Amino acid sequence: MLRHAPPPDVAATAAPATEKLSPTQLFLLFTQMTLLGFGGVLPWAYRILVERRRILEKAEFRELLAFAQILPGPNICNLSVIIGYRHAGIVGSVAALAGMILAPFALVIMFGLAYRHYGDFPPVRHALAGMSAVAAGLIVAMALKMTRDLPRRRKNALLLVLAFVGIALLRWPLLMVIGILAPLALAVFWTETHR
Amino acid sequence: MSSNVTIAWALFSHFSMISMMAIGGGVIALAPDMQRFVVDAHHWMSDESFVAAFTIAQASPGPNFLFATLVGLQAAGWIGALAATVAIVVPPSALTIVALRASVKHGGSPLGRTVKAALSPLSVGMMLATAWSLARVADNSWGGAVLTALTVAVVMTRNLNPVWLIGVGALVGIFGWI
Repeated sequence: MLRHAPPPDVAATAAPATEKLSPTQLFLLFTQMTLLGFGGVLPWAYRILVERRRILEKAEFRELLAFAQILPGPNICNLSVIIGYRHAGIVGSVAALAGMILAPFALVIMFGLAYRHYGDFPPVRHALAGMSAVAAGLIVAMALKMTRDLPRRRKNALLLVLAFVGIALLRWPLLMVIGILAPLALAVFWTETHR
Repeated sequence: MSSNVTIAWALFSHFSMISMMAIGGGVIALAPDMQRFVVDAHHWMSDESFVAAFTIAQASPGPNFLFATLVGLQAAGWIGALAATVAIVVPPSALTIVALRASVKHGGSPLGRTVKAALSPLSVGMMLATAWSLARVADNSWGGAVLTALTVAVVMTRNLNPVWLIGVGALVGIFGWI
């Protein structure tokens, strides 16, 4: 999901990189990408991997992202693992993943500790209330866009409503809701394509 | 301290299972279940602290799933943060490596397309549930609800970096308009 496009790239003049990256290079590349990723890393992953460093072709990026998206878990982490693996095997996967996570992990912990100390200080509390209202709006908008882009079919609508009601309104455990609905959805879509 | 270890272990066990439920929409879609687990079921933090953790992570650089790190930090300190992060990242990454080694065909294969088509209505439902559970807490005042609605209107019509909008939210909050 490219939630916002980075500005046009003026540095996209580097020669295509055909050689394999070392684990250290992968670590540094993914650290750079993740620290630029305010409000979502994916647009920057595209910008750096495809436009700036030419490590991937446009179509390759789309393919790898589609692969990362059908696997469970954070898409950006799956993408890091896949790209790292292509360049340096499992060590490359670990290096890319570590690059993606370590620096922002340290930063977010610092912010979290600051919140623990100053969270009750009124200006901080008020600022966070405003930020939270906006953050909620961002997620509402993303959910609405995803709903809009879903093919208009009765079974899509039914599965969507069942998932929403189970998780948000009945507040049942996710494991139970998805544990029931995912096999159901797979069975319904499988029989449709294999009739 | 031993209670922190106990909480961290409980977080690790629960988060590592639900990390495999993050389909399509990513880990943000796990927020309602994390909230149910840490706020409603175990009372390790308030609804407000949960939403604050989510918001702080959204305003920081890096992957969005780092809100789970902050939820862990709130619930059980350092060890909780580490447990939550490892639980969210490692199981899906391990599965990705298994899939790569088994040289599973990418998302364009017929099976991949069927799986994607079947799971996407569920991931949209999960994302709507996330929107609902965050808005329920963040919009407990009229001002908050108006700010959320304005954000939705802007995001649906303009292509802006969300971090600027969160910054505007901070200013609106500090000036006491919500």
